[in-house]
Amino acid sequence: MSHPILLIPNNNNNNNNVFVLILQFLIFYITQQLTPHLLLHHLLLHKSFYSHRDLRSLMAIFLARSRATAVQRYVRKNVGFSEIILGVRSSCNSSSSSSSSSSSNIISQAVAGKYFRKHLLPSSCNTTKSFSTAAGRFKSTAAAVDSSFVSESDDDQALDFPGGKVTYTPEMKFISESSDKRVPCYRVLDDNGELINGSHFAQLSKEVAVKMYGDMVTLQIMDFVLYEAQRQGRFSFYMTTIGEEAINIGSAAALKEDDLILPQYREPGVLLWRGYTLQQFTNQLFANKDDDGKGRQMPVHYGSKKHNYVTISSPIATQLPQAAGMAYSLKMDKKDACVVAYIGDGGTSEGDFHAGLNFAAVTEAPVVFICRNNGWAISTNISEQFRSDGIVVKGRGYGIKSIRVDGNDALAVYSAIRAAREIAVTEQKPVLVETLSYRVGHHSTSDDSTKYRTSDEIQYWKMERNPVNRFRNWIERNGWWSEQQESELRSSIRKQLLQAMQTAEKTEKPPITEMFSDVYDVLPANLLDQEKQLTESIRKHPKDFPTDFAV
Amino acid sequence: MATSFRRFGRRLVGSISRNNFSTSCEKQLIQQQDGGGKSLNLYSAINQALHIALETDPRAYVFGEDVSFGGVFRCTTGLADRFGKSRVFNTPLCEQGIVGFGIGLAAMGNRAIAEIQFADYIFPAFDQIVNEAAKFRYRSGNQFNCGGLTIRAPYGAVGHGGHYHSQSPEAFFCHVPGLKVVIPRSPRQAKGLLLSCIRDPNPIVFFEPKWLYRLSIEEVPEDDYMLPLSEAEVIREGSDITLVGWGAQLSVMEDACIDAEKEGISCELIDLKTLIPWDKEMVEASVKKTGRLLISHEAPITGGFGAEISASIVERCFLRLEAPVARVCGLDTPFPLVFEPFYMPTKNKILDAIKSTINY
Repeated sequence: MSHPILLIPNNNNNNNNVFVLILQFLIFYITQQLTPHLLLHHLLLHKSFYSHRDLRSLMAIFLARSRATAVQRYVRKNVGFSEIILGVRSSCNSSSSSSSSSSSNIISQAVAGKYFRKHLLPSSCNTTKSFSTAAGRFKSTAAAVDSSFVSESDDDQALDFPGGKVTYTPEMKFISESSDKRVPCYRVLDDNGELINGSHFAQLSKEVAVKMYGDMVTLQIMDFVLYEAQRQGRFSFYMTTIGEEAINIGSAAALKEDDLILPQYREPGVLLWRGYTLQQFTNQLFANKDDDGKGRQMPVHYGSKKHNYVTISSPIATQLPQAAGMAYSLKMDKKDACVVAYIGDGGTSEGDFHAGLNFAAVTEAPVVFICRNNGWAISTNISEQFRSDGIVVKGRGYGIKSIRVDGNDALAVYSAIRAAREIAVTEQKPVLVETLSYRVGHHSTSDDSTKYRTSDEIQYWKMERNPVNRFRNWIERNGWWSEQQESELRSSIRKQLLQAMQTAEKTEKPPITEMFSDVYDVLPANLLDQEKQLTESIRKHPKDFPTDFAV
Repeated sequence: MATSFRRFGRRLVGSISRNNFSTSCEKQLIQQQDGGGKSLNLYSAINQALHIALETDPRAYVFGEDVSFGGVFRCTTGLADRFGKSRVFNTPLCEQGIVGFGIGLAAMGNRAIAEIQFADYIFPAFDQIVNEAAKFRYRSGNQFNCGGLTIRAPYGAVGHGGHYHSQSPEAFFCHVPGLKVVIPRSPRQAKGLLLSCIRDPNPIVFFEPKWLYRLSIEEVPEDDYMLPLSEAEVIREGSDITLVGWGAQLSVMEDACIDAEKEGISCELIDLKTLIPWDKEMVEASVKKTGRLLISHEAPITGGFGAEISASIVERCFLRLEAPVARVCGLDTPFPLVFEPFYMPTKNKILDAIKSTINY
């Protein structure tokens, strides 16, 4: 890496060499053959060969040149990097200064590094401000400093580095792979639905609480009836939300209508909360002509522009970087709204999880990331999915505020999401919420989860930790709900659902033209050709094709 | 890994002229029929298009790795200063993030102009492009779309780019309904086509021939103009054989046409410009006239877009063809650094194929 045109003096105490060197450097610099970058690069690589006085003389000359700003920036950037490496090394080797001429000698480099730092940096690196890019969007660039990493003894030796000063420590200490205590889980209601003393939570009106409960019950009934209907072969596929009703409805209730939802596939409750009807749900499941998605996607891939619920796609985590882009748009338009993106525990292993959180953090986009940690990604347990303390701790790595919430406590979910939304919108930055819950149902109708987990485990979560029962206990305690209301609600929803399903089943399929539309805004020539060819095939071989499609 | 290499972008291109292939690209490329406007190279034409796009639509954004200071190929020079860091900005080094972010931005009614620093690095974003951008409109029943998304990426050989600064991945994207793929051949084309892409209501992958960024210079009108997508162009008329290509390869093909003419062979050269959905009719009409077809591209021959053109034209012109369709393309190896002159579909390889097709 060394620049071949530069001489390397082999005695760093020979002051006579300094003149020669300076002259040499100046000639090259002036004739533009040697850019300040190259020079500094060379100095850094071979600093062990120069005494710090040499270096200071050289630096003084170069910093005085007209390109001083660029040079300073370069010094900060590169000295900074070397310091990180050399600083650690020098703490292990505080022995004699070495004048060895071997450039691969770690000790001599380390000592030189120390010299370089002590004697050179203070003069050139005190102007912190020119460092940060001053764009408004990047106001909060500086990293928050964890007090446990600040050493008092050495803090006068702070390293000026992008994102804020970094203090030095003579102690060689690795940060632990996880904290001693797991991040606690915020909850408000205990397992029996009793309010825990001293809880912080957002007040719920009777009206909202009862609607929340009603929608959770509706989800339960949808899951029961529609799962069975799928098993009977009435439509092709279904995914339940059993066990995660509180996350669905608690979060939905905490948001505003203008907040844009980017769901995964186990959040139909958010759409239900926003007024999507049972008829609309079943139209999608049966892929009939009234399906908003025109029958093009598998069941449960709902989407509704009217309800600010972006159509679901099967690939995992792809919605997260999109969430950052959408939220950035809201930010630019100064909207009083945020994007809410849902993901499961398995999804946090995807590259798009990283991309989404990092982009949202860097662009300071108002996104609330809600991770439903339900313990299972199909058959893969979280113990095989990631290390450390789950998802909540990942937030800090991206510079994102995070909280862990009991996903089976609707009131806690509601309260946490309300607060998260507030942070996202008012502070204009992303927030990460990890909800702990359990996927009581199978992954989908194509899965049998008893092959990889015990029925006892499923039963425990279904009965002891049931989120719907817990919330019911709470509203009953408040005198907002009765047994009679319960049975009336259940039978009424059941009736509506069966009716909706019947209607959806009878409704004809979308016309064949919808197979070709919307690939592009208009039909290109190849699709017009193919449509014509297909129509011809149907005419010739009507028996080869389903008959309930209008040609 | 990629960052340090990518930094070479500027130098790579700057030193092209030292590399002399038999199919020399030294001469300035295909001149437009009518003049007008200033003499511009290709990257400046792109830059001008981006200026116009940002100027004419306050909802347009330009972002990607290192775009803020002007980009490693200088295509985004001056944009951040003029339009501010909130509309022209650097992103983290993460292609899937760039495209995902762009889809989100576009889905909110913005013109999202995303830059992938090299087409060779577009693959981390493949899922976002193929499964998300391309299907966004269709899967939602036209409730949502990300039509405002344009992904720009420099592609193709550059003299010494090796595996990861030379590839031509257009065929991958031509297999995806819902996407458009556009490749310009010259500065004037680049400006007009890019503006069309940015304003087209469909997600588009726009590959820029990086070899030509500085090398190709022509008069480019200064005003805001657009060139139609999915319309090919006959850039050289002829009667004996039709040659179809796109991007940087057209200059090599034109050289071959000139040499063939000296031997009495009249070649018709077509610039496809939009690869999907492509202008089959124009190619068909030309082949019906000449009775012969040669396709040439830098990408490996097997599964290249030339195969699709060949198959379609054989379907439509079988009885008019007087010889098998010829393909002169990159070889089926990874893009090989030191062997690049051997790998490339050079002028004389094309000339030989023209002659053997004529003499079939």
